[in-house]
Amino acid sequence: MTEKILTRNFDRADAHTLGAYRETGGYTGWEKARTMEPAGITEEVKKANLRGLGGAGFPTGMKWSFVPKNHTGPVYLVINADEGEPGTFKDRYLLERDPHALIDGMLIAARAVRCEKAFVYIRGEYVEPYRRFAAAVKEAYEAGLLGDGLDIVVHRGAGAYICGEETGLISSLEGKKGWPKVKPPFPAIKGAFGMPTIVNNVETIAHVPHIVNRGAAWFAPGIYEESVGITLRQLIDRAGGVSGNGRLKGVVPGGSSAPILRADEIDVTMDVDGLRNAGTMAGSAGVIVMDETVSIPEALMVVARFYAHESCGQCTPCRESTGWIYKMSERILSGHGRKEDLDTILDVAKRGAGTTICAFYDGAVGPYISYIEKFRDEFEALVTDGAGTRARATPAPVAR
Amino acid sequence: MPKLTIDGKEIEVAPGTNLIEAARQLGIEIPHYCYHPGLSIAGQCRLCMVDIEKAPRPTIACNTQAADGMVVATQTERVKETQRSIMEFHLINHPLDCPVCDQAGECWLQIYYMKYGLYDPRMVDEKVHKPKAVPLGPHVMLDAERCILCSRCVRFCDEITGTGELGIFHRGDQSEIGLFPGRDLENKYSGNVVDICPVGALTDRDFRFQVRVWYLDTAKSICPGCARGCNIDVHVNRRRPHHAGGKRVARLKPRFNAEVNKWWLCDEGRYGYGFVDDASRVTTPVWRSEPVPWDTAIAEVTRALGRHAPDAVGVVASPKMPNEDLMAVRRLAEALGTRQVGFKVPPRTPGDQDDLLIRADKNPNTRAAELIGLDGDVAGILTAARSGRIKALWVFGHDLFDSAWLESDVTLALGALETLIFTGTNAGRTSALAHLVLPATAWVERDGTFTNWEGRVQRFRPAVEPLGEALPEWDIVGRVLGMLGHAASATRAEHWFVDLAANVEAFRGMTYQSIGETGRMTQ
Ligand SMILES: Cc1cc2nc3c(=O)[nH]c(=O)nc-3n(C[C@H](O)[C@H](O)[C@H](O)COP(=O)(O)O)c2cc1C
Ligand code: SF4
Ligand code: SF4
Ligand code: FES
Repeated sequence: MTEKILTRNFDRADAHTLGAYRETGGYTGWEKARTMEPAGITEEVKKANLRGLGGAGFPTGMKWSFVPKNHTGPVYLVINADEGEPGTFKDRYLLERDPHALIDGMLIAARAVRCEKAFVYIRGEYVEPYRRFAAAVKEAYEAGLLGDGLDIVVHRGAGAYICGEETGLISSLEGKKGWPKVKPPFPAIKGAFGMPTIVNNVETIAHVPHIVNRGAAWFAPGIYEESVGITLRQLIDRAGGVSGNGRLKGVVPGGSSAPILRADEIDVTMDVDGLRNAGTMAGSAGVIVMDETVSIPEALMVVARFYAHESCGQCTPCRESTGWIYKMSERILSGHGRKEDLDTILDVAKRGAGTTICAFYDGAVGPYISYIEKFRDEFEALVTDGAGTRARATPAPVAR
Repeated sequence: MPKLTIDGKEIEVAPGTNLIEAARQLGIEIPHYCYHPGLSIAGQCRLCMVDIEKAPRPTIACNTQAADGMVVATQTERVKETQRSIMEFHLINHPLDCPVCDQAGECWLQIYYMKYGLYDPRMVDEKVHKPKAVPLGPHVMLDAERCILCSRCVRFCDEITGTGELGIFHRGDQSEIGLFPGRDLENKYSGNVVDICPVGALTDRDFRFQVRVWYLDTAKSICPGCARGCNIDVHVNRRRPHHAGGKRVARLKPRFNAEVNKWWLCDEGRYGYGFVDDASRVTTPVWRSEPVPWDTAIAEVTRALGRHAPDAVGVVASPKMPNEDLMAVRRLAEALGTRQVGFKVPPRTPGDQDDLLIRADKNPNTRAAELIGLDGDVAGILTAARSGRIKALWVFGHDLFDSAWLESDVTLALGALETLIFTGTNAGRTSALAHLVLPATAWVERDGTFTNWEGRVQRFRPAVEPLGEALPEWDIVGRVLGMLGHAASATRAEHWFVDLAANVEAFRGMTYQSIGETGRMTQ
């Protein structure tokens, strides 16, 4: 087993306190970083090839370097702790059990991008993580870590999945409806309140102190935490195996937006490239395992309901087709499906993909297409063909 | 200046121009809903897709600025397929009952479906239902089911009027346009949201279900509501006179003029045309309460004016009269030799003004009346009438009782006159006292020009026939001048404009042709 980095303190009951964090080497990353040039910090993070863990896998150092050099006003750092992706709850543990690691990383990242005010946007449902993190921020202020060069504002969301999308988050932070923004401009150029803004995931930033401390060369993809590099099959075994009768039906490897893998497709390594080659994605790396008792048409209906409910409604393809696909999936499940509905869903999903403002819709398309293509027989067994569209009848003209 | 290629044609455009506008300059249409040149970019409808060389997939044109060397294609199979898909998405929850929708015939869903849609419908499920026929304010009605959520109306109220009454509430396909709690859509420009709404979601309460738009005819015109001179189109119903209670003017719509009103029009101007088809219109010359032929009326006017010493005759022109007619009045005053000429009557309440369009001066042609030299003392004329020094008075347009002056003063002045002549479109308290009432055409019944507050001379065209026997003021005055022995050469308004351009310095050298569609500044 490889060395635990982010989770090393998770077993300590007092892991969330400043004392415990300091005992295990906390804030030495920041101590080191404050002697470094901002550009040097960014360079180190670039060399470490740290990829964002919010889902898109964007190289973090590169993102930081996009802040315009000649900008004179404020620069904001925004930590994305909205964690709304179904099947994902990694950031929650970091906020609850190691909040100072995030503050440590934020101090360093803020120095790198010359930010003096940072925001942490926490999912509204995360009550305990919020309390723990807010308490840690208070401790850090009292210890003089914050308030002298960096201020942190902790903001709670109101439960919309789309506020996890970075520009939707920024709109929400600005006090507006959480609508993603058209790009360009990208947030690093013009983000929150019109200023250059770096949005990073909680876990991404929690890695930063370790990179600064131990050097970019030490931090190479594949050696941190235990899931990366092992196969999905091994991961499921280590987590205690498949539930129920032990027979596996499918695995969604990276949050609900990742295309599903069939039981015979899980001998792939759990990393960005391995999963991409298997036709899915690492995404948020939250793994959903479905045993044989799961009905895929039902799973599609549930996930379709989620996306129909959470679409922000701005873009026509996303707004209209998430609802339409949900209606079709629900109709199929309730025995009113028609054979052509399956191809309609596939066609609608493929036509809408790539046409929207944000990646939400492409995320919805992942399950729409993969569930039907990989488990088509389950769907076909349900469609009753012509048994009814539940469409209302229009009165026919009176015969003369 | 970036130079780019669109569908094989090269064009150079101003920096910052987006691809929709660049293509438009080449005569290439890129279909779009949410983009409006007067509003911020929303990028929401996703219809304006184009292919840009090297881009992996179609890109929205509205949010893409033209760049040097860019190669754009609007007609690739991929673009056409995307447009078809987006049209299908726009319509899956939209009611398919165009025959009962008032927007039919001028609806961009209909237009684009025919051009870019034409897919086979596949939606068999129940559509989303939303509120219908919801009054948003005094002028605008909402049918939320017809709304395509382009957010143009919201951006208008946020960015142009700054009043922010509208929002999009809820999420996904439940998203719905609506008013913020406690608000009404009652800003001074609310009618514009109807113009920019691409579909039948926002309709004009004044116009909806009065007449189908395909029965309308249109003429280019200028709003006479204030000194701004907003460019408009007058939409008239000549083909279905039994619709809309016989109203000929169906509605006014703003016409783009970058220098004057851009795309907009205020509500007061938009809904201010009611007098044209009002029952109070005067339609025939009246002498001593009896209808008379024009010849009789003109002879009586000439006799009444010619009977007195020059300064015993007064003329109150109107700043609502066009340039041509004001010129005719000046020639009349010169012919009579009177100096008792004016045009300014103080309004009962001062007009409101703002930074967008609305001017405090509610007259379209004050500037020209000044330039032509008619700016005498009207209060003085009334005093002279009261004391018997003025015996005959010709009032154009004004109802002198509808002013800041005391009613008793006006009554005494008008009552002391030997002859009161009134020329105007509608009857009022002044015309009721007049010995001669001469019906004038409304501005939509004739052609002419106005000079706005900045000195911009702009043309308006006839949209409907004169009502009854009404004549333009220049014609009435011209006939009197003829009777007085002056060569009556003007047979068109334009002839008076020629006189104006030759003899009033500010207008020198102008012609109807040189004024063009966007107007020309006086010197
Ligand atoms: C619909 C949607 C929801 C998202 N939700 C989250 C989220 O809850 N947390 C998160 O960190 N990133 C989320 N993202 C990704 C963010 O947009 C952004 O890429 C990320 O916060 C950047 O951080 P990183 O570079 O550190 O990964 C979401 C993206 C989309 C399209
Ligand atoms: S893709 Fe969907 S969620 Fe994203 S901006 Fe468009 S409508 Fe909103
Ligand atoms: S009401 Fe009209 S203008 Fe407003 S969002 Fe809907 S379609 Fe667009
Ligand atoms: S016009 Fe470009 S997205 Fe609507």
